[in-house]
Amino acid sequence: MCLEPARLSHSLHITLCPSLSISLFLSLSLSLSLSLSLSLSLSLSLWLSDYPHIGYDLDGKKIFKPIRNKDELDEFLDKMENPDYWRTIHDKMTGTDVCLSDEQVDLVHRLQQGKFGDVNFNEYEPAIDFFSNEVMIHPVTNRPADKRSFIPSLIEKEKVGKLVHAIKMGWIKPRRPKETAPQYYDLWAKEDPNAILGRHKMHIPAPKMRLPGHEESYNPPPEYLLTDEERQVWEQQDPDERKLSFLPQKYLSLRAVPAFSRFIQERFERCLDLYLCPRQRKMRVNVNPEDLIPKLPRPRDLQPFPTLQSLVYHGHSSLIRSISISPSGQWLVSGSDDCTVRFWEVCTTRCLKTMEVGGPVKSVAWNPAPSISLVAVSYGENVILVNPGLGDRLICSATDQLISSYEEPEEVKDQQVQWAVPEGKAQEQGQRLILTHPKAVKQVSWHGRGDYLACVMPDDGSSLQVVIHQVSRRRTQNPFHRNKGAVQCVSFHPSRPYFLVATQRYVRVYNLIKQELTKKLMANCKWISSMAVHPGGDNVICGSYDCRLAWFDLDLSTKPYKVLRHHKKALRGVAYHKHYPLFASGSDDGTVIVCHGMVYNDLLQNPLIVPVKVLKGHIITHDLGVLDVAFHPTQPWVFSSGADGTVRLFT
Amino acid sequence: MGGLQKKKYESGSATNYISRNKARKKLSLSLADFRRLCILKGIYPHEPKHKKKVNKGSTAQRTFYLLKDIRFLMHEPIVGKFREYKIFVRKLRKAYGKAEWGTAEKLRGNKPGYKLDHIIKERYPTFIDALRDVDDALSMCFLFSTFPRTGKCHVQTIELCRRLSVEWMNYIITLRSLRKVFLSIKGIYYQAEVLGQIITWLVPYQFAHDHPTDVDYRVMATFTELYTTLLGFINFRLYQTLNLVYPPKLDGKGEEESRAESEEDYAMDSERYMEKLSALSASLVRVVSTAEAEEAELDHFPAEGEDGEKLAERLKARQDQDRQEKLFEGLKFFLNREVPRESLAFVLRCFGAQVSWDKSLCIGSTYDVTDETITHHVVDRPSLEKQYINRYYVQPQWVYDCVNARMLLPVEDYFVGVTLPPHLSPFVEEKEGDYVPPEKLKLLALQKGERPEQEEEEEEEDNDDSEEEEDEDQSDDEDELKGMEEKQALGKASSVKVTPGEAKPVNRQRAEQEAKAEEKRLAVMMMKKRDKYLYDKIMFGKKRSVREANKMSAKRKALDEASKANKKKKLKK
Repeated sequence: MCLEPARLSHSLHITLCPSLSISLFLSLSLSLSLSLSLSLSLSLSLWLSDYPHIGYDLDGKKIFKPIRNKDELDEFLDKMENPDYWRTIHDKMTGTDVCLSDEQVDLVHRLQQGKFGDVNFNEYEPAIDFFSNEVMIHPVTNRPADKRSFIPSLIEKEKVGKLVHAIKMGWIKPRRPKETAPQYYDLWAKEDPNAILGRHKMHIPAPKMRLPGHEESYNPPPEYLLTDEERQVWEQQDPDERKLSFLPQKYLSLRAVPAFSRFIQERFERCLDLYLCPRQRKMRVNVNPEDLIPKLPRPRDLQPFPTLQSLVYHGHSSLIRSISISPSGQWLVSGSDDCTVRFWEVCTTRCLKTMEVGGPVKSVAWNPAPSISLVAVSYGENVILVNPGLGDRLICSATDQLISSYEEPEEVKDQQVQWAVPEGKAQEQGQRLILTHPKAVKQVSWHGRGDYLACVMPDDGSSLQVVIHQVSRRRTQNPFHRNKGAVQCVSFHPSRPYFLVATQRYVRVYNLIKQELTKKLMANCKWISSMAVHPGGDNVICGSYDCRLAWFDLDLSTKPYKVLRHHKKALRGVAYHKHYPLFASGSDDGTVIVCHGMVYNDLLQNPLIVPVKVLKGHIITHDLGVLDVAFHPTQPWVFSSGADGTVRLFT
Repeated sequence: MGGLQKKKYESGSATNYISRNKARKKLSLSLADFRRLCILKGIYPHEPKHKKKVNKGSTAQRTFYLLKDIRFLMHEPIVGKFREYKIFVRKLRKAYGKAEWGTAEKLRGNKPGYKLDHIIKERYPTFIDALRDVDDALSMCFLFSTFPRTGKCHVQTIELCRRLSVEWMNYIITLRSLRKVFLSIKGIYYQAEVLGQIITWLVPYQFAHDHPTDVDYRVMATFTELYTTLLGFINFRLYQTLNLVYPPKLDGKGEEESRAESEEDYAMDSERYMEKLSALSASLVRVVSTAEAEEAELDHFPAEGEDGEKLAERLKARQDQDRQEKLFEGLKFFLNREVPRESLAFVLRCFGAQVSWDKSLCIGSTYDVTDETITHHVVDRPSLEKQYINRYYVQPQWVYDCVNARMLLPVEDYFVGVTLPPHLSPFVEEKEGDYVPPEKLKLLALQKGERPEQEEEEEEEDNDDSEEEEDEDQSDDEDELKGMEEKQALGKASSVKVTPGEAKPVNRQRAEQEAKAEEKRLAVMMMKKRDKYLYDKIMFGKKRSVREANKMSAKRKALDEASKANKKKKLKK
């Protein structure tokens, strides 16, 4: 059954064509390098390879594999000692080790080299041409040619005819080499500007690239180069935030200029901008800033108004919280934190009288009635009424008489405010009445007739914040049972029976006769500091700690007609002039701003407000500037008191 | 009442815009194809006025196109070509995959291509429109023509770009319409005026590019495809308007003669023509050979609403321009081998000069170094061994500065080895209040015909000093006044003294000015809130520019002083 591989190959070679034999050889040489004894029962032996036997003998009994007891050590020793180890092969079929003979080794070598197994086989036999180029004398077949080989083919004729027709008709063209170079011609030969598509109206052309400035030059003026600090800043900045996208450089000559490394990137970014960037038509505001400034009447045409600081009243050693002018305009009273009240003559700046009181003076107010000479001074919880004894003797004595002529009523009501008549030194100084309140009094305000006096005792939400005193009858009333918010200041209406109460954010206008709320003015500010009522009665101004001055027109609406933000810091005092269309506001920034505020009798015409002068002079101390402003009753003069302990007169 | 309830986002701006993804889907194109189409057709996103409305209430970032634009794209024949190309690529891949080489060859022979002519015509209905947009096209073509012939893009594209840019330069030379040149660190900016349009382009310096990795060359290639087509048509038209032959032909010697010269060393036969053309040293052939003097004297008519002064102004500008065009006429230049030949040849020829260079440097040189009639020799090296006595040796910046100044500047500042004066940008037009470098002022004076002299400058400086002193005096006075006031405020004026008062001269002008300033300040107070905001913004910008100008001048002053001190030190040594 077994065949020598060489023989097998040989026999195959004979029977089959040579190419097949070679391929078979190759495969054999690969597979047989280990197991030499190739047999036809190869499949059988492989099938039994997992079994302990290798085949069957003639009796049908199993032939067992020889016992193999070589371990790796033995293998190794064998490898070292046996000189024939390299030619010893384990035969899987019989389970024995076979030592190859020299011929067999040769055969293996030849097969490995891809040679024929048989040494004697000649690969290069002389070739025999079966079909040579020599024409033989005799034909191979003697069959006569067909008739159809003499007759032209109709089918072919038809086909050719079709092609000829197609060529004639121009349906088939010879393939021409493609033109790669583009052809240019006059594209705009027949341009018609009217044929522009509607789309072009929506078209937003891309803006052109920005033209370079001096800093981009290869040799810029030295000031365009960045200093070390600027360069550091530039390097730390985000590339998008940089003002220049490159570092200015200076080269001494043109040949030293290198290539710009970001050239391609910049061009690419431009490309991206062109097709990716959303475009929007933006109306550039091309406004002359001068045109934005409103055309106001020139201040020169609005004269008179105070323009210059003409007099300074020195004397107080601490900040002056409040000032007031006598109705005649001859005297000035000022109350300061140094616990004194001083009376000045306006024209000479002489301090005629100094009165010490028991605490820092919060507010002073001269009685507006010309026939009475009385000044209300508030300090701590007290309000004193002082007869300064200045000016007309008759008026002074009349005032004294008026106060002393009071007769106590029969039934004494229990009042929240104590009315007392001072004696001794105080009486000599001019103090006529002392009103002791339950709380600290912040502001006093006279009614136009001079008989009523309103006092403010700010206390958030308390029912007793505002009291109104009647001096002639020494009576006190609390007009409000309930107050919303902390009252900041109060004021009597100059002509009608109205009473204005300013809380932090609102100004409430009460009708005293009807005992009801008439109006609530929204000031649109955080904290009202001061308030003044126009002598005409239809307009109110409010100063606030958030730098605003709100002008209300009571006829128009409850919202401010105009809000002025002239001051840089909180407003402390506002005042109207009695006759001239002027109002002034004093602020913590140390300035007094005088505005022309014309109110027309014609109801259709809105008030005209023009700032006319910024008056400076006060020195800012402890972050406080001007604390109070007051107008002279007859002249266009304005007084201001400041934290620097002076009163200044601007004329 | 009644009627159908209106739904949100079904009318108005929401329907006018379409997001990019939706547009892409509507056109059924891939993103790359959509991008290409947008580039070619010049479709760009629009920023809607109310983004949220357009975005149907969402605030997500999206790019929006006009729906009309996208509808317009749907009718574009090129979209069909894109699809054909896609199919072609698929077929070709299949043929390669099956190793059907014959089929692949046949397919490649039938590669679908497209032309952009109709798109150019549609995007630029008139020639002037096209000229207006040619800036980017020129810059791109000049950039691409400097690319190496390997990798990055097709060789044909690069060659085409080179050809078109050379044609453009030749046209500018023939028309003599170059106006400004600027050597920046990025490259060389040129500005020309063609048919009344100002055209600026940027040419990189002649160096190999290190190709960045973060650039998508496909996008650039698409743009170039469009730009080459545009520039080709523009060139054709421009050559036609000047009666020049297109494609350009060199004037003068015939082909044979030129071949007779030993120019085989430079280029192959096929390339020589292009090379000669790009040497920019010869003029071009005209269709109708006309004498130069044919240009008839133009009559000048005043435009409507133009008075005599304006007319005179216009005439003067025209004359200036004419003079500028003949700036280098009659001068003979020779370029040394280290200077940028192409740029200099272009600029010099634009202003009527004759240019030549060393024979071994480039094709097209017309005369030798030894020519005795050469007037200027452009050199960019610290010193030169052999110098001819009857010519100026100047650095290349002189040529560019002359062009920008529209006059021949004194040569002394630009001699070989001399430290060059700063090269200023001709594109900067200083407004009032901007910082003007002193070099520019000097140049303006020169243009007016004044001769600046060193002594005058020094005198001026002296004047400055005295003014400063005066200022100090004034400030001293003010200080004194302040001190007195403070004293008064503190009530320290205890010793009452009467001293004879001095009559202070009232400066009426100053008082008036102050009054005006005060008036303005008061008026500003009364501005409306909205106006005030705008006003503040404008004033902020103005103040910033003033601040910057001041900073620059201070910097310059410090630098000048430092350099002066250095000079003095050197002198003492």
